[in-house]
Amino acid sequence: MKELLQLLKQNARLSDAELAAMLGVTEQEVSKQISELEAAGVIRGYSVILDEELADRDAVSAYIELKVTPQPDCGFDELARIISGFEEVEGVTLMSGGYDLGITINGSGLRDIALFVAQRLATLDGVLSTRTHFVLKRYKDKGILIQEEPADERGVYQ
Amino acid sequence: MNYEKLLSQRAQNLKPSPIRRFFDLAETMDNVISLGVGEPDFRTPWPIRSAAINTLERQSIFYGANSGLLELRKEISHYMERRFNLSYCPENEILVTVGGSEAVDLTFRTLLNPGDEVLITEPCFVCYAPLVEMADGVPVSLPTYEKNEFRLTAEDLKAKITPKTKLLMISYPNNPTGAIMRREDYEEIVKVLQGTDIFVLSDEIYCAMTYGTKHVSIAEFDGMRERTIVVNGFSKTFAMTGWRLGWMAAPAPIVAEARKIHQYGIMCAPMVSQRAALEALRHCDAEVAHMMEEYDHRRRFLLERFAEMGLSCFPAQGAFYLFPSIATTGMDGETFCEQLLQEERVAVVPGGAFGETGVNNIRISYAYSLKHLTEAANRMERFIARHAE
Repeated sequence: MKELLQLLKQNARLSDAELAAMLGVTEQEVSKQISELEAAGVIRGYSVILDEELADRDAVSAYIELKVTPQPDCGFDELARIISGFEEVEGVTLMSGGYDLGITINGSGLRDIALFVAQRLATLDGVLSTRTHFVLKRYKDKGILIQEEPADERGVYQ
Repeated sequence: MNYEKLLSQRAQNLKPSPIRRFFDLAETMDNVISLGVGEPDFRTPWPIRSAAINTLERQSIFYGANSGLLELRKEISHYMERRFNLSYCPENEILVTVGGSEAVDLTFRTLLNPGDEVLITEPCFVCYAPLVEMADGVPVSLPTYEKNEFRLTAEDLKAKITPKTKLLMISYPNNPTGAIMRREDYEEIVKVLQGTDIFVLSDEIYCAMTYGTKHVSIAEFDGMRERTIVVNGFSKTFAMTGWRLGWMAAPAPIVAEARKIHQYGIMCAPMVSQRAALEALRHCDAEVAHMMEEYDHRRRFLLERFAEMGLSCFPAQGAFYLFPSIATTGMDGETFCEQLLQEERVAVVPGGAFGETGVNNIRISYAYSLKHLTEAANRMERFIARHAE
């Protein structure tokens, strides 16, 4: 199962037949395992890894550090749930260290994102402070290189 | 000067490597994708490179012991013991060489007297016969067959032994077929060799690359250690081809003679590589396991694709090559490769380059990314479908 997930992480578009061949099991077995992983919530969805710059030149992403006050009953979960509900928000994680919630946001401009932070995030109950970092360039995302593949320098010497 | 007359006749008689021809042609074309390269596509694992950088920063790079760093020989001895059940004394039974190929060359030069015959199991890597010739030996081809999954059989071996046979040369896991030898296969071979004066040179450079089975060395069997020279190296297992580092392990009297030749011709293997190799043997099991897992995925993927194309290919269990038969296409290996290159711009090596017995096969290397393999396989499928009409 670990190997199956590994392969899907590298390329979720591999067909069941291709996965089956690579893992040395039957196609039915692969399809069953994937269904089980989906049902158990291990696999939450399938996405695509883009070179955002090529996909949309104006797109801007930011990473926002949020310091918050944990709520008496539910800690950070309630606030994280509210933030996860915003469409602009791509990722929400609870962090150890200097801040509490890490948020990834996509927008169509710097102003968009700044306004979102000021009007939506900073105003939420329990949010103490925000700190916004804009993404300038992406080199690697989810294990995939966002750059030219280095040329194959191997010759035929043997 | 009349070079033809003056230069060594033996050197001039050597034929250029037959692998090259197609790639020279391929280099003149655009958009060619290759399945021809015989070295890992992975970069050398970072801990090894980092150890090399540390060596450059902090140590002088002097000549080292002719046999190689003792520390490295100890580590090699330990590695052979823990991984392959072979026991060699670091002090006098291991010699660190410039790649496995130097160890092969040294073995021939150490063992052969003029006219001695060397049985070379084929298909095999292209360097053996020329090196035997350069050492005054006589290469004798010992073909293995697809019907036996390219394993050496006792019958085929017996048929080629003469009073002049000095050495049997084997290389499993095999380049170009990906074949392996199982314990029961060796048991039969060992019976033929026990009680003779025939030596064995076992090139085990791909020994860490087996799929679903563990490598068996012929040196493990009774009566074999005393007559066997095991050659191994860092190139394939640790993705360290350009570092040029290998070794031979053999009984002390053999290593002592080989060391003399090595001392006069080479002095010592590169010291930066030797220090980096310590790291490879000590701390890179996880990196190696990861590469093997990926090779295995590719191997299975290609086997499946070949089956879909209608190419018969025995399920190789070692190295990173597949050796499908293209007999059903009605073409021989040379023609197939040439047309495949012309029409679909895929470069593969005709099996005949590795010995007559492979003339109806092609060698496919899967030391390439899955994406690359997918595209190459699609092109091959198109080619085969077109020629089946």
